[in-house]
Amino acid sequence: MSPPASLLAPAVGGALSAIEYVIELGAITKRYEMGEHVVHALRGVDLDIERGDFVAIMGASGSGKSTLMNIIGCLDVPTTGRFLLDGVNVAKLDEGQLAMARNRKIGFIFQSYNLIPRTSALENVELPMNYAGVKAKERRRRAFAALDMVGLGDRAGHLPSELSGGQQQRVAVARAIATNPALLLADEPTGNLDSVSTAEVLDVFTALNQTGRTVVLITHEDEVARRAKRIIRLRDGEIISDERRAAVR
Amino acid sequence: MNWRSTIRLAIRGVGSNRLRSALTILGILIGVASVVTLVAVGNGSSAAVKKQFEALGTNSIQVSPGGFGRFGPGGPGGGGGRGSGITMTMKDVAALQSSEWKDSIKAVIPIVNANSVTAEYSGSSATPGRTTGTTDEIWSAGNWKATKGRLFTNDDVTARAHVVVLGKTVVTNLFGDGTTTGAIDPLGEYIKLNGNSFQVIGVLESKGSNGFQDQDDVLFMPWTAMRDTVSGGSSLSQITVEATSEKETTTAQDITTTVLAQRNGKSPTATDLGFRVLNASSLIQSSTATSKTLTVLLAAVAAISLLVGGIGIMNIMLVTVTERTREIGIRKAVGAPKGAILGQFLSEAVVLGGIGGIVGVLVGLAGSHFKIAGVRPVVSVPSVVLALGVAVSISIFFGFYPANRAASMRPIDALRHE
Repeated sequence: MSPPASLLAPAVGGALSAIEYVIELGAITKRYEMGEHVVHALRGVDLDIERGDFVAIMGASGSGKSTLMNIIGCLDVPTTGRFLLDGVNVAKLDEGQLAMARNRKIGFIFQSYNLIPRTSALENVELPMNYAGVKAKERRRRAFAALDMVGLGDRAGHLPSELSGGQQQRVAVARAIATNPALLLADEPTGNLDSVSTAEVLDVFTALNQTGRTVVLITHEDEVARRAKRIIRLRDGEIISDERRAAVR
Repeated sequence: MNWRSTIRLAIRGVGSNRLRSALTILGILIGVASVVTLVAVGNGSSAAVKKQFEALGTNSIQVSPGGFGRFGPGGPGGGGGRGSGITMTMKDVAALQSSEWKDSIKAVIPIVNANSVTAEYSGSSATPGRTTGTTDEIWSAGNWKATKGRLFTNDDVTARAHVVVLGKTVVTNLFGDGTTTGAIDPLGEYIKLNGNSFQVIGVLESKGSNGFQDQDDVLFMPWTAMRDTVSGGSSLSQITVEATSEKETTTAQDITTTVLAQRNGKSPTATDLGFRVLNASSLIQSSTATSKTLTVLLAAVAAISLLVGGIGIMNIMLVTVTERTREIGIRKAVGAPKGAILGQFLSEAVVLGGIGGIVGVLVGLAGSHFKIAGVRPVVSVPSVVLALGVAVSISIFFGFYPANRAASMRPIDALRHE
């Protein structure tokens, strides 16, 4: 199974456009049908995210932010609307290509860490590279590099159950960056962490953003959102505010 | 994901719940072990039956007196005057020895069996399973060889010599087994049979048991001496006709039937001839067919337990997939393609089945070392390979549904699973 050329070579904005978008969302809607009841999770979201930006998406529960995150993360598909990920129209990808897009383009960080139990930190970080077909030696090298980056190089052999919440989340961050994805997508990454661990994890995000990585972070905490360069607020499936706090570069 | 890390992952998955995996493996293990053992028992019993008939010689035809419906070539003790059978004498033997039949019949051997003859030697006594009077032609026909001394000859038969050739069991019973001190070399010694003195001239090579009787519990002497002393009378228990080749066996059997029927004033096609003619190859054929059926039945019973083991694998894999739904979600979220998840859980099922298969074969081979229901099992290599192959195929078959269920999960649903 070889990936389509467009997936391997990200479309660069083109000669005319100076701005390079990692995500382009146009009139995205998402409807769930629950028996007779129809839930409108997203009611037409337009959102472009530039390469190298640090975006926080905020909203109360039920505002549609998790649905949006799932769509951006290629875990779910929108009911209508256009979604380009790194210049590729996601609607045109089949199941295998979607798996590959998740593998190569996106690094996920979840609220509940989602590390695989009974599997060492190192192997957890290696996991996405396993599916990318990276050779064992190279996999190991990159996994160690990623763990060093989050300050856990000395905990590579530990099991998730032997690590604190903050450390587990940093392992998850290392796993997300190991494949060098276009986008880091974090869903309430500090939701389960105390303030010290929260600061540690957010420092890692800031550092990663400073090295040019695009970070999209979903949160309902203002202090977390303040770390971002751009804050987008959702309510009832619609964007109600879009605040630029710092320049992308 | 290469296959090596897939297998490593599968072994880890199996190892993560040892008791549960062990019980699942046990299901397959029992199935495979019983296939291997029961097929070996079936083979063993068919080999034993075959060996017994082959001892008669595949070219040989057994004629014994007896009415219609009686089975067997006379057997120990013979059927001399029993039932509505004819009486066979040396005249019948002479008629069959006529040169007219020399293309089909090589030898005609008279056999006189005596019931419960007790042999005595200085205080010890033994009753051989078979006490047989015959001619020297029995040696080649019955494939007998001497380990000590010699076999009696045609001269001994003509001379009515009071000589005996003993099987190993009779020697042990009369002279000691040679391991205890005081075991006596039987050669040249005189033993008493019904008060008559006989000299031991030879000991037969051991044939062991054929699964039904001890073939070494025998005593042979010239039929002439037998008639003079032990049995009396002129009737024969049995006549063994040796065909010139296996191909000629059928012709020889027809000739024997016709000649004996005519001599007794009966039609060769009559339903009740007063004697029975059996040849070893037809006995082997029918007994092989019977034991094949037995083997197939045993294998079928064992295969059912293998099937049950397979259902056990499916059951446990469904539980595993449900338990690890979240892990599946994580793997899919980080980009595991459908095939990788399918491969992961399928190989877990195969590891369960494979371990069960390998250990089951070992247990089956170990079990086949023991005598089971009086049969020494004979392991058949194809059955081992087949059992192992079926164990793996069954685990693929029953592992596929759970694995496919895992692979088809939507990542978003799997991740939400608690």
